[in-house]
Amino acid sequence: MGLRGDARSMVLFIEQCLNGLQFGLLLFLLAAGLTLVFGIMDLVNLAHGSLYMLGAYFAATFAALTGSFVLGAVLALAATLVVGMAVEVIAMRRLYGRDHLDHVLGTFGLILFFNELVRLVWGPAGRTLPLPDWLSTSVQIFPGVYYPTYRFTIIFVALAVALALYFVVMRTRIGMLVRAGASNREMIGALGINIKLLYTFVFGAGAALAGLAGLMQTPILTASIGMGENILIVAFVVIIIGGIGSIRGAFIASIFVGLVDTVGRAFLPTLLKLFLTPAAASAAGPALSSMLIYLLMAIILVVRPEGLFPAANR
Amino acid sequence: MKSHVTFRNIVVAALLVMLALVPLYSAWIGNNFALILFTRIVILAIAAVSLNLIMGYGGMVSFGHAAYLGIGAYVVGILAYEGVPSGFLQWPLALVVSGLFALLIGALSLRTRGVYFIMITLAFAQMIYYVAVSLSRYGADDGLTIYRRSQFGGLDLSNKVVFYYVCLALLLLVILIVWRIVNSRFGMVIRGAKSNERRMRAIGFPTFRYRLTCFVISGVICGLSGALLANHTEFVSPADMHWTRSGDLIIMVVLGGMGSLFGPVIGAVAFLLLEEGLARLTEYWQIIFGPLLLAVVLYARGGIDGLLAGGKRG
Amino acid sequence: MHAAESMACLREVNVAEPLLEIENLSKRFGGIVASDNITLSVEKGELHAIIGPNGAGKTTLISQLTGELTPNAGRVRFAGEDITAMQPWRRSLQGLARSFQITSVFLDLTVLDNVALAVQAHAGHSFQFWKNSRKDPSIREPARAALAHVGLSGREDTVVSRMSHGEHRQLEIAMALATKPRMLLLDEPMAGMGPDESARLVKLLKELKNEYTILLIEHDMEAVFALADRISVLVYGRVIASGLPDDIRKDAEVRRAYLGEEKRAKHV
Repeated sequence: MGLRGDARSMVLFIEQCLNGLQFGLLLFLLAAGLTLVFGIMDLVNLAHGSLYMLGAYFAATFAALTGSFVLGAVLALAATLVVGMAVEVIAMRRLYGRDHLDHVLGTFGLILFFNELVRLVWGPAGRTLPLPDWLSTSVQIFPGVYYPTYRFTIIFVALAVALALYFVVMRTRIGMLVRAGASNREMIGALGINIKLLYTFVFGAGAALAGLAGLMQTPILTASIGMGENILIVAFVVIIIGGIGSIRGAFIASIFVGLVDTVGRAFLPTLLKLFLTPAAASAAGPALSSMLIYLLMAIILVVRPEGLFPAANR
Repeated sequence: MKSHVTFRNIVVAALLVMLALVPLYSAWIGNNFALILFTRIVILAIAAVSLNLIMGYGGMVSFGHAAYLGIGAYVVGILAYEGVPSGFLQWPLALVVSGLFALLIGALSLRTRGVYFIMITLAFAQMIYYVAVSLSRYGADDGLTIYRRSQFGGLDLSNKVVFYYVCLALLLLVILIVWRIVNSRFGMVIRGAKSNERRMRAIGFPTFRYRLTCFVISGVICGLSGALLANHTEFVSPADMHWTRSGDLIIMVVLGGMGSLFGPVIGAVAFLLLEEGLARLTEYWQIIFGPLLLAVVLYARGGIDGLLAGGKRG
Repeated sequence: MHAAESMACLREVNVAEPLLEIENLSKRFGGIVASDNITLSVEKGELHAIIGPNGAGKTTLISQLTGELTPNAGRVRFAGEDITAMQPWRRSLQGLARSFQITSVFLDLTVLDNVALAVQAHAGHSFQFWKNSRKDPSIREPARAALAHVGLSGREDTVVSRMSHGEHRQLEIAMALATKPRMLLLDEPMAGMGPDESARLVKLLKELKNEYTILLIEHDMEAVFALADRISVLVYGRVIASGLPDDIRKDAEVRRAYLGEEKRAKHV
């Protein structure tokens, strides 16, 4: 109430930027998992979104069962990791080395399976995950301007994970394989690494990243069937823009896409009103807002089809 | 010389005869269920044939073909809503608009290949889906009812039997067109590009323009299928172009057997009958279908057509 | 190197421009210099061989000649025209045909289909959608002729994936011939061939010499010295010697760098 018009817009803009950053970081967790799996096992996994969804549902259930948000989150993460590794052992192993179309079809089958399984176990209605009191507060970022603590938590956790991932990719042998774009079994074997174990581990790690993203956004957006696929496609857009096989590209592209999508959706209708009639602006606004990130992808495709930071040999 | 009387050809001939006799069967048992189901099958078979042209013969795996189904359907729906019921205007316009979108999307996507291409076509189709969802004038999420089928003067499409035979005739016409195309000079370029694009360019073919043309032809045929679908269901909604529908089309093509003329028809029949049958078994039929799809991918890669031809494909 | 001028004195070749001129061609990949200021030319009607140890950058050179790689510096001129930035398919239409070191054919099509495609590429546009191209004599006949030329006449309807390696190598050349080229770039055509097949291919190349200008990359020294009018030696991306076969054989630097390995040079 006490702020003037343009100051309010400024506050809104900052808020949306932070939201965009938060969304971008969640996208990064998803995209990183996809890129890891593609980079090391040359596997296109459409069911990555299902693991995102499972993370959300597990968190909702375990938090309700244990009464603790944090414990619920940790258990959910562990459960998603286990499911991920199980999926790798049972299904993914048989897909390695095959045509990418086979991967797409096979994992599409898995999506159908998981969506229906969730519907069977949890019902069609979806689940919520309420925040504990200590996370429901707000933090003052400027005098009189507040931003939810929980969203800051997401940003913080995601950045921490990104940093850890950077460390692993840059400083370990496994990371070296990722950077080399190695989907070459002989090279892996020559380094003295057990391939089967490595693949299961990498897939599990990807699953955990997806599950983490899923559970973290549940208090904001709830857990619902099919939630994985919508964000998965956005993760694909991130990878296309950033360059397939490149984690650094995925990071920069996710932040970029997150900001464009969030800030765009918030401000495009207002922007349109500047040079369209109110009726036209409110008709075109939502349509154009949802198209923004795809238009961005289209521009990158025209200018640099291999992405912004493509991994060297792909 | 090879005999044309093979087991596989007999099955295909029997299938065509069966399709021709569906209306008689429906009249005989006194209810329209089979007629309605098979009208849908024939219409989606047309879409599957269009996808097989670029996938089976051209090696371009489009995970966004439902977009052209939806576009064709929406053109008919929107024109009907705006008071233009003439089929002579609706259908050609549906073809043109689908073709234009295919031109645009193809021009951007065909600069990439493999996994990239799959993801990009998926992303653009999702974009079109979101645009349809935001069309509040035309029902947005809830869809748009079509109160009058396309008017063609003397031809009464609201007569279910007449409409079925129109669809069947169009299916046969489309198969004829695809048959001539794949054996023509143009078709050989497309097949060569699928087999070894690098060599095609080395011997002097500017492959991009040919593949783009093929993509557009495929989009146009799929748009026709959409126009038919709109008439059949007398309803259009964004659900028609949800990405899972694109997945369904790919399943039909692969299930039937890629790169054969009648494979997509077999695939459409098999897929939709299976869907119908499993749905009667249990509400949660996708729990069975998902793993079944994975099994087909792993063990019956040449599809049904491959099995009929003695398993030499795949 | 002004081999071109000495060549003109020794043979009665017109002193007009060479068919292919490579000037100061350079290509680096990160820190690695694959092509180091390469300058050489191929006269019309000659068979110019390029030899050198593995890793010398021979395939990189050919890729720049065909347009698959863009050089960092230098130019390529074909029949007087600067083709340095020209796309591969256009170069083929200009008359520059290539055969691949690692067989690159259409495995799932028949032998005749393969060569017919090469003919078709140079027979106008292919935006014809109705007529069956397999029944088009204007494409099938030239294709059959090219097959006959390399000795694959009996195998027209065989699916290529079922043929032997040696037959694949013959097909590679047939496809290059079918494009009615002015010049052939042959990248190790004898790779992986046994002694009988190699001998047959040398005989074929001797015949082709009379009709086409050829740039031949090869490891097989017997073949090279039997066929070449001139030889250039490529080591670490640089041309260290270029001239008549006898001169090359005697060149000390060449012997040190490469010919000393002659006995092991026959590529397996």
